Amino acid sequence: MTDDPWVVSETQRARLRYRRRRTLQRGLLAVASTVVGLGLLSWLVTSAPGWITVQARYFDLDEARTALPDVASAFWLNVRLFVVAEVLILVVAVVVALVRVVPTPAMAPVRLLAVVYTDAFRGTPTLLVVYLVCFGFPALELQGVPTSLFWLGVIALTLSYGAYVAEVVRAGIVSVHPSQALSARALGLTYGQSMRRVVLPQAMRRVLPPLLNDFVSLQKDTALLASVGLVEALRAADIQAKQNFDFTPYVVTAAFFIAVTVPVARLTDWLALRQARREQGLAS
Amino acid sequence: MTGVLEVDGLRRRYGDTDVLCGIDLRLGAGEALCVIGASGSGKSTLLRCVDLLEPVDDGTVRLDGRDVTDPRVDADKVRREIGVVFQAYNLFPHLTVLDNVTLAPRVVHRRSRGEARATAERLLDRFGLGDRAGAYPDSLSGGQQQRVALVRAVATGPRLLLLDEVTSALDPELVGEVLDMVAELRADGMTMLIATHELAFARDVANRVAFLHDGVVHEEGPATQVLESPRRERTAAYLSRFRAG
Repeated sequence: MTDDPWVVSETQRARLRYRRRRTLQRGLLAVASTVVGLGLLSWLVTSAPGWITVQARYFDLDEARTALPDVASAFWLNVRLFVVAEVLILVVAVVVALVRVVPTPAMAPVRLLAVVYTDAFRGTPTLLVVYLVCFGFPALELQGVPTSLFWLGVIALTLSYGAYVAEVVRAGIVSVHPSQALSARALGLTYGQSMRRVVLPQAMRRVLPPLLNDFVSLQKDTALLASVGLVEALRAADIQAKQNFDFTPYVVTAAFFIAVTVPVARLTDWLALRQARREQGLAS
Repeated sequence: MTGVLEVDGLRRRYGDTDVLCGIDLRLGAGEALCVIGASGSGKSTLLRCVDLLEPVDDGTVRLDGRDVTDPRVDADKVRREIGVVFQAYNLFPHLTVLDNVTLAPRVVHRRSRGEARATAERLLDRFGLGDRAGAYPDSLSGGQQQRVALVRAVATGPRLLLLDEVTSALDPELVGEVLDMVAELRADGMTMLIATHELAFARDVANRVAFLHDGVVHEEGPATQVLESPRRERTAAYLSRFRAG
């Protein structure tokens, strides 16, 4: 500690002045170029020969008001679908990923099954899985197989996305340095304990961004269930649109999807930032 | 008399390379044995084999007279009795210092949260880490991280402590605080097997030194004798490289 009080030097003050001026200049430039860019774009769109027709067909306020209640209540079905599916997908993904990384020779047959599952379902278009499950499962006429379209839809999405997410989780597990598992084992933790307490928590934190990315994708893909007759948001919009030959309900539906996916993306960023700050000991 | 640790004819091979070709060691209660030797001489491999983190290719390791290399022995239970500190600390970055230290006591030794916490706080306080209990490892200095790793290793009350080059990753000015802590644990009567390059530390802390060369214990004896008047030529050659520098 010194008694000498710190008087900011003239050099430092000049630097600060310069930085402030530069920040201001750059900010103004960014604002100006954004305004010009957006202006150009909207001019381009609105001056297009078909703009009047498009405006009437896609952005009709009255149509939007009429479609809103139906689309909104149908969208609630999409929300229920993806919330239930996301929970199941996580369970399936973690189980499949674990089966694939456990080195026990006795697990070989199960491991093979897990590999076949991920390969098959990642390789099949989700729409096809939806068809196969929603039409195929009830045709089996098995006791206990759900017949409601809601649950068949959830099963189809879980099967398809479980394969993707399993690979994401596995990548996360593999990315945790072996020394972490080694020191957990050295402390006397069993394989299962070190996986659960040390490896998986770190893996899941690391894969959070790609995981939520897959979930955003899943939220949109609930619309695929429109193809088998489930009246979710897209199907509701479809019904409305075909009554008046007006596409505004589709735009309304799009707005609903954006309204749920954007917050998820922001949440991901925020979680990642909070994690980094906490573990690096930076002030939050 | 059976020692805490008895190693007989231990062999370990990687592919075509024989790393350990018949290691024999004895370690009595409260003893500290320093294993020295060039890089790649198998010091770390020996430690990992003793803790059953690696399979042995031949020979036996006995802990308190019991053959732990027997495949019928539950390796997880053996590891509970042995504390290990690694060169690269290997703290768990997603857990606070306190949670790093209490994880094994709670999960492995089934101690209550309060009991584990009390033990951990007492140890952290003793080694000057009390104020860092809530911090995450990455916000600590290397020396602090290695001291937390030492606390974590002794918090379960192990029979034997294995130290694998615990100062090699540290800046020179941080080495002292870690070595002081090891000396303090030694004064407590902790039995230790130490792999190290720090010859001065080996002299101060260990009562015996073993020089590893060509996969065997080339020379072994009281610390001062081996380090100051080695009997074998190879040992002298190895030691002289340090003296010259």
